[in-house]
Amino acid sequence: MALLEVENLKVEFPTRKGVLTAVDNVSFNVEQGEILGVVGESGAGKSMTGAAVIGLLEPPGRIGGGQIRLDGKRIDNLSPDEMRKIRGRHIGAIFQDPLTSLNPLFTVGEQLVETIRTHLPMSAADAKKRAIGWLAEVGIPAPDRRFDQYPHQFSGGMRQRVVIALALCAEPRLIIADEPTTALDVSVQAQIIALLKRVCRERNAAAILVTHDMGVIAETADRVAVMYAGRLAEIGPVAHVLQKPSHPYTAGLMGSIPRVGPRPKRLIQIEGSMPRLTDIPSGCAFNPRCPKVFAECHRIRPELRPVADGAAACLLYEGVTQ
Amino acid sequence: MFVFLVRRLLQAVMVMLAVAFIAFLMFRYLGDPVNNIVSQDATQQQREEVRQRLGLDDPMAIQYGRFVINAAKGDFGVSYRNSRPVSALLAERLPATAELVLVAALLSLVLGIPLGIYTALKPRGVLSQGLQIMSLIGISLPTFVTGILLILVFSVWLGWLPSFGRGDVIDIGWWSTGFLTASGLKALILPSFMLCLFQLTLIMRLVRAEMLEVLRADYIKFAKARGLKNRAIHFRHALKNTLIPVVTIFGLQLGGLIAFAIITETVFQWPGMGALFIQAVNFTDVPVMAAYLVMVSLIFVIINTSVDLLYNVIDPRLRTDPTRASGKGA
Repeated sequence: MALLEVENLKVEFPTRKGVLTAVDNVSFNVEQGEILGVVGESGAGKSMTGAAVIGLLEPPGRIGGGQIRLDGKRIDNLSPDEMRKIRGRHIGAIFQDPLTSLNPLFTVGEQLVETIRTHLPMSAADAKKRAIGWLAEVGIPAPDRRFDQYPHQFSGGMRQRVVIALALCAEPRLIIADEPTTALDVSVQAQIIALLKRVCRERNAAAILVTHDMGVIAETADRVAVMYAGRLAEIGPVAHVLQKPSHPYTAGLMGSIPRVGPRPKRLIQIEGSMPRLTDIPSGCAFNPRCPKVFAECHRIRPELRPVADGAAACLLYEGVTQ
Repeated sequence: MFVFLVRRLLQAVMVMLAVAFIAFLMFRYLGDPVNNIVSQDATQQQREEVRQRLGLDDPMAIQYGRFVINAAKGDFGVSYRNSRPVSALLAERLPATAELVLVAALLSLVLGIPLGIYTALKPRGVLSQGLQIMSLIGISLPTFVTGILLILVFSVWLGWLPSFGRGDVIDIGWWSTGFLTASGLKALILPSFMLCLFQLTLIMRLVRAEMLEVLRADYIKFAKARGLKNRAIHFRHALKNTLIPVVTIFGLQLGGLIAFAIITETVFQWPGMGALFIQAVNFTDVPVMAAYLVMVSLIFVIINTSVDLLYNVIDPRLRTDPTRASGKGA
């Protein structure tokens, strides 16, 4: 049984003009110790999916349907307090901006000890020892001294290391990392990704890595899910999706990555932009921009079907005649 | 930290010197003090003698210097009206005002902060919305109107609380306190409530607004993601971050409370410094007015300086840290 199973997840936002569907019928699994990359343009529903899993959708956003199961147990319908006990203890999260994720008025040590003691029955002294251990674990030099310092005394990269320590210090088995390196210097990004990968591997923790950086996905993830307009376009092993994308959208994404080489090719650009949630076209949401579009694409909404090692939601693979 | 303290104290001294100068000018321009001292039919020569004796013919700078030195020793001269040292008059009236202001300030904090938190955490609750409307009324009604309404309801109609005076007081050394007698405490309720009402609503609305702002912050979202209990998130993480503006406004308003005490003391016939000041204005009793001005300014300056020091306690980012000079660490 997979560690996390998401089945037909729907995230809705009731507005005055009707209900908007930000995440529409998304299903995927995350296995024990696996790193799943989630990519897509801004507004594709990547972060929203992560927020739904950890139970932190901002109101009025709500789960409108489907199930989320952790270890086979449903967690999408838990009471707020039961869900709180899962956050941090079973599912950890890391957000985009390490500069603002830490409370400026408490020392790094206080925040670590507080998190550890919320979830694990432990004396203050033991928790402190463990917290210092975690600071060392995420590569912070002189952890005993750093323990008593405030976030503003750390650099951006160091703060993101602290954030990782905070997310992992109660030993959750799943980490949701929502663009963990976007706010950091390029030179620091690779270190943070490597660190995240190492601590997950060492603890056999799984991770959902939300990003729009294909390089990060290629280097870190085992499998990758591609989202478009709130739907899953394609999911499969990284090597497969990156090298032989099945969905025309994924192919377009891959084509738009600049490559360094002796004879640089012209960059492909996907024409147009992602539809707004208020006017998603009928049939396949990608149809206005798809280079391989045909008549049925405007009528039938494709389901996710197994293609090669993975799965794609495209009528090309449904045996619909062109 | 030490440099900061010295700089802050120097600023405070400058402010006090400026205030003293204004107080000093009152003596020169609110009538001729000699007129107030000599009898009406004194000759010009007698007048000049008095002027010389009091040093009023010295250059202005010297007179100002003398005024500042005397004021620093607590000597503001003699009241024109009842011929007693001004310092003694003020000392007599200080406890009444101090106790009134202290109780009002505490009330505004003890009620204002929890109400602000409550209305921020349950913004759509019926009670919250009721409190918001009440606070709007509280913030817009003039205090003397609420004072008179309070007297009407609690003294005239219900007859529960006295409508004027301090009740019985007990002397402890030179300090007379109303805290130790039942009638003294009862007499405090209405005036302190009237005095704190504006401050109370201000603090409540401020805490609410700040709290709503802080609850949207990323570190609150991350605290939730860490699975912390709501209590810890609201009262540890969020509240501490809302306190800085609250401390600022509270400091400023504490001075305002002392100033507004004049109105409260007038409405409730409270024998404090404000009432003394109103009398002094009626009789152009310049030494009392000058002393009151200097004293209230001194309290303002002391409060503001303490508030600046308090920031350092609350916010670690403001503490000067020698290790930061060597770079941002890491």
